[in-house]
Amino acid sequence: MSIRFRLLALRDAARVLFLSCSIGVAVVAAQPGVRLGLIYGEGGKRPGIYVTPVAGPAGDSVRSIVMRDLDFGDRVTVLPKTTALATPSGSTVDYAGAARLGINGVVQISLITGGATIALHDVAAKKVIERKVISLPGAANSAGWRLAVHGASDQCEDWISGERGVASSRLAYVAEGRIWVIDSDGANALALTSAVRALSPNFSPNGQSVVYTALEPAGSAIYVADLRGASRRVVPPTGLNISPTYTPDGRGIAYAHGDDFGTELYVVGAGGGASRRISIGRGSDNTSPTFSPDGRRIAFTSGRSGRPDVYIADEDGTNADLLAALSSAAQAYRSSPDWSPDGRAIAFQSQLGGRFQAMLITLRDRVVKQLTTEGSNEDPAWAPDSRHVVVSSTRSGIRQLWVIDTETGRARQLTAAGGARLAAWSPRLVP
Amino acid sequence: MHRRHVGAALVFVSLGLGACKKKPVEVAPVPTTPSTAAAADDAAARRAREQFVRDSMARAQAAAAAAASATEVASMRAILEAPVLFEYDASDITDAARTGLDAKLPILRTNVALRIRISGHTDSRGSDEYNLALGLRRAASTRKYLADRGIAADRIDIVSFGEERPAATGEDDSAYAQNRRAEFEILSGGDALRVPPR
Repeated sequence: MSIRFRLLALRDAARVLFLSCSIGVAVVAAQPGVRLGLIYGEGGKRPGIYVTPVAGPAGDSVRSIVMRDLDFGDRVTVLPKTTALATPSGSTVDYAGAARLGINGVVQISLITGGATIALHDVAAKKVIERKVISLPGAANSAGWRLAVHGASDQCEDWISGERGVASSRLAYVAEGRIWVIDSDGANALALTSAVRALSPNFSPNGQSVVYTALEPAGSAIYVADLRGASRRVVPPTGLNISPTYTPDGRGIAYAHGDDFGTELYVVGAGGGASRRISIGRGSDNTSPTFSPDGRRIAFTSGRSGRPDVYIADEDGTNADLLAALSSAAQAYRSSPDWSPDGRAIAFQSQLGGRFQAMLITLRDRVVKQLTTEGSNEDPAWAPDSRHVVVSSTRSGIRQLWVIDTETGRARQLTAAGGARLAAWSPRLVP
Repeated sequence: MHRRHVGAALVFVSLGLGACKKKPVEVAPVPTTPSTAAAADDAAARRAREQFVRDSMARAQAAAAAAASATEVASMRAILEAPVLFEYDASDITDAARTGLDAKLPILRTNVALRIRISGHTDSRGSDEYNLALGLRRAASTRKYLADRGIAADRIDIVSFGEERPAATGEDDSAYAQNRRAEFEILSGGDALRVPPR
């Protein structure tokens, strides 16, 4: 029996258990109530994974990147490099020794010309259960090479857990008036625009473009940049044009346009052209649209009731409802929704005790879960795994991007330079 | 068409200076048409020029205004450019803002060539994106206040910078209060300001 088969069976059992437990719970606090240990592995533990040393000049880089990616994935326990497992030669692994050390799976990577072979050993089955050859383009540690290594990590996570990782993705964010793009592990931060007072980046569904708004002296305009940094304007700076996001089919861009009569949501073709109005705010302010994956529903921030709150409506703006009833713990200011890629949840920010915290609401039962408590945490955006979110957090004293595991609450710092905010996550860039 | 050089307004009236207590402005002669063009002027052009001068005088007298000194211009610019403040998450014109805007009205009325841009700003709390909409609402409500009192809305542009251009840094009530504001920028017509009649 493979690790994957066994783990999938366990996960399904755990999911049933979780759902039956959550019925009738109004608010799930930000505690690790959904332990991965319930879901994966034996004895309440995540599977232990050991990545063997990788021979060759770039071997240690590959090993370090893969180990870190698997750790950031929050689905396995990565054993340290110092684990006293005999270094295998060729494809042999000391399975008995591995089992004694609590290792369930061994990831073995061998560099070959222009690429690598990755293999997964099932320690219990005492054999290789998955194997794949990948290409590693460009020089070692170049951006394209690292992305390909991240792709190998995502493949391993899929083999182990049945869920593909998100290491081979990038994030876009705002710092110092520019749009930046950074790898999911915090490497390769690159300015995509010059200092143009740019805001609110969002990736196209294919991950090859970033739409953003630029505040110009007389108004704000919406631009699309390709990942080489070439920008073209899709909405001219007439009035306020902000918070753009692609429609799920990639053909349109929804955004908020403001004038004397309030700020309403519109959709324009991804190449520009005429705009179509999609919100009915009757003079209120409506911003920050986000689509359900099928494109039929939209969530957004609206001040229609007097205070900003998150609403959910049909794609044409009809049937608008408050997303979440106000609980006694929540004050009235809620905003900045982001619909999860699997369609099941919406992340948003809510003012609690004078600060903002990242929250999520599952749409099937409208259960609200608080994701953060430390500092102020704003503008949550989903990773393509619909499990991790990135937030702009002040927990370290200055505003930085942090990645939160919505299941365990584990947080890791993504950016190092100060002032990062308004992040968006790309789709996986290695299929 | 020849460019007409029209000098300073011919104003003998002593009205309009009010508290400024300035001497009446000097009389500037009506400039003659540049010599190279004079020969070509026909009677119609002369009549038009004379009419223009009469109109200029009439306008000047009707406005009872005078060309302002540098000090007066600076003072008027300061009044025009003084920001007005708002309450948290609100775009209503407060009593204090009303006073500030009312002081701008006579200058805008007298100087019909003035064009301004109002930019709306917010404090750092709340959604960065929603704050852009709130900033625009503040700019729009400020423009409406002026337009409702006779200033043509097309002389006023509005724009929002949300929380992106704070006037005061810091995360305290004082900084928040200074940042919830509308700012005023003179786009054109600010060089030859005239003092409003009293």
